[in-house]
Amino acid sequence: MKRLMLLVVLAATTLGCESDEPVTLTLISHDSFADAVDESTFASFTAETGVTVEVLAAGDAGAMVNQAILTKDNPLADVLFGVDDTFLQRAIEAEIFEGQVSAIDYGDVCINYDLEAFTSAPPPATLDDLTNLADQLVVEDPSLSSPGLAFLLSTIDRYGDGWVDYWTTLRDNGVLVAPGWSEAYYGEFSGGAGEGDRPIVVSYASSPPAEVIFADPPVDEPPTAVMTDGCYRQTEFAGILSGTEHSVEAGQLIDFMLSIPFQETIPLTWFVYPVNEGAELPEVFIENTSVPSDPVQMDPATIDENREQWLEEWSDIFG
Amino acid sequence: MAGRVVRYLRIATLWGAPLLFIGYLFVYPLTRILAESLTGEGFAQLVDRERFRNAAWFTIWQALVSTVLTLIASLPLTWALSRFNFRGKQLVRALVTIPFVLPTVVVGASFHDLLPQGVLAILAAHVFYNVAVVVRTVGGVWGRIDPRVEDAAATLGASPGRVFRTVTLPLLRPALASAAAIVFLFCFASFGTVLILGGGRIRTIEVEIYQQAVSFLNLPVAGALAVLQLIFVVAALLVANRLQRRIGFDLAAEVSLPPPGPRHRLSVGATVFATLGLLAVPLVSLVGRSIERRGWAGLTGNAASALSPVQAIGNSLLYAAIATVIATGVGLAAARIIERRGGGWLDTAFMLPLGVSAVTVGFGFLLALDQPIDLRGSFILVPLAHALVATPFVVRAALPLLRSIKPELREAARVLGASPSQVWKEIDFPIIARALAVGAGLAAVVSLGEFGATSFVARPASITVPTLIFRLLGRPGTASYGTAMALAVILAAMTALLVLLIDRLRGSEAGTF
Repeated sequence: MKRLMLLVVLAATTLGCESDEPVTLTLISHDSFADAVDESTFASFTAETGVTVEVLAAGDAGAMVNQAILTKDNPLADVLFGVDDTFLQRAIEAEIFEGQVSAIDYGDVCINYDLEAFTSAPPPATLDDLTNLADQLVVEDPSLSSPGLAFLLSTIDRYGDGWVDYWTTLRDNGVLVAPGWSEAYYGEFSGGAGEGDRPIVVSYASSPPAEVIFADPPVDEPPTAVMTDGCYRQTEFAGILSGTEHSVEAGQLIDFMLSIPFQETIPLTWFVYPVNEGAELPEVFIENTSVPSDPVQMDPATIDENREQWLEEWSDIFG
Repeated sequence: MAGRVVRYLRIATLWGAPLLFIGYLFVYPLTRILAESLTGEGFAQLVDRERFRNAAWFTIWQALVSTVLTLIASLPLTWALSRFNFRGKQLVRALVTIPFVLPTVVVGASFHDLLPQGVLAILAAHVFYNVAVVVRTVGGVWGRIDPRVEDAAATLGASPGRVFRTVTLPLLRPALASAAAIVFLFCFASFGTVLILGGGRIRTIEVEIYQQAVSFLNLPVAGALAVLQLIFVVAALLVANRLQRRIGFDLAAEVSLPPPGPRHRLSVGATVFATLGLLAVPLVSLVGRSIERRGWAGLTGNAASALSPVQAIGNSLLYAAIATVIATGVGLAAARIIERRGGGWLDTAFMLPLGVSAVTVGFGFLLALDQPIDLRGSFILVPLAHALVATPFVVRAALPLLRSIKPELREAARVLGASPSQVWKEIDFPIIARALAVGAGLAAVVSLGEFGATSFVARPASITVPTLIFRLLGRPGTASYGTAMALAVILAAMTALLVLLIDRLRGSEAGTF
């Protein structure tokens, strides 16, 4: 009897300990978010809930989703953040999430141009204008790069079946294809820090403000600007990974990411826009970029269904 | 009794360490990912589609041509460095190693300025990256061929060309095959270079695997491509193994090298200057860009981000140290087994990670390494992945020398009553000690420059210099770009210093390997 009592007491203490033990959540995300996180990012969340957050960087969005799918049976993390509309369908079909996903932020992929190159001639204003320029545009390979795919989707949305002709014209006018954003922006583009000689590049609506913030020596105005036509809006989602032992805390974390204090840190940390309309944008964002007119958004299921086909046709144009 | 236990323990470690290492970190993850992804349909697509056939064909021929060009381009410098003693030689050797660690995204820009995008630029970049492999692998053996053998042939009337063809070249053959195997695997698995310099139209199997796995999430096709890659790599290694058979000729333990005589002074000087000159072009433009873009200020006062260059440098050094210790230990044990027991299969197994895609291994890690301890998010996985890529270099450096040790010498020692450990200590060890130092040096260099596998396993806190460079180049702004260039220069300097240090530790006043 005494022995039994002891066992019960022991068990109670152990259980008690467990519930008091501070919870650590692992958040898996893409590199651009993981790089931007510092101690202050989740400080108020930890202060409020006692839950600490550890961030796991998992490459680009595609690599991250794939890692989450592969490790479904023994998940790497409790929460996944950063899956965009091009990969969302795949992630949902693989049943990696517990419950619904929530949109956290969005970013617009837009044509950027070098202001210095367009002092006398007018800069391009529409997707159509791009077909009249010889050897000036550099794009990212849509089969390897997320902004590259976004730009392709934007042209498919605009021209329908005519997109193949549009791209054939671009090709004939000497469009340059770079494997990724870095190679396009730094290697081929002439604006900002770019080493290249092409004055027009596929980048983000937030690239001009980033040129101001990450400038050395400091500058007052960005050396680049955004073409507001033909932008594609990428939305990023967060979801609880099924198999987590901390569903409640994971839900709290997603709520925190949707709250105004966190949402307001989004623009300056990883250069996208908050979904919460109550969140105020920083000055440098309002001043240095243009708001895209009517950006394209495509249904994740449509993208998933056609992506391989579209990319195959795109390769044929350049093959 | 105790002696017997020690003996068994030693055998267990000798066999256990390499087998456990390659089994747990490579064979098992690879098996898991292939089992997860392979389907008949994946293979059917592979056969059906022209783009995969084109990629396979291009991958093979460019790797072969790159290997031949690298050997041709490196041999004059290898000759100059391993046959003569001259001032500044160690510095030359250190400078030659720098290209090996530079991230493709950084070097790509320089090549881009010099050559139009296309096959030619890809081949040139492959040569640029791999000269160090030949200089260091072949140089070790060349430096220890007794010049008197060549002199004897010359005295008997052979022309210099004939001496080279009939005496020197056969002696170098195992080392040449060894270097060629490494260069071939690197070029075979080339990813960043092909993407940046190929202009988007040229693809290798490696690029296709990445694209199928990461962009299309099409694991069946990615898995089928990985199997195809594996088959080619194994075939190439089997050929290399045949060419590396024991030459049955003893290399000198120590050869004292002359300064270049009047006959050679001009050719040695011209070779060194020409090779360095060619290698220096991208490096000089890199230093120029880092200064022009004010990258050096961003290293300490990095307002731009939470990514700390100082931390990345610390991480890189720490991981290089861990990876080098592991790779040297495992590589030495493996080389011993291969040499003694003719374990050609083990040799092949250790070389495989060089030719297998980082995506395949990276995804395999995620599936396999959660048991018994969950290593998937641990920092230790980074140096372990580095050691996996670095171990073959240690094996490569040790094997040709181990194989050149005369068995009769061992037998004589044994007959005279030496214990196996004494034989090892007195006969084998002195000869391979230097080769090991070179292997360890190469291992550290590989670790410093490794990018592919690291990008799959690094947490933000365990970021290395190459990954940080890549991340900085992932966002706009002159400061990000400048800092990335400055970090590339630091990476180059760290490598050169490391090589100098290792050459110094070896006490290479005689100027051998």
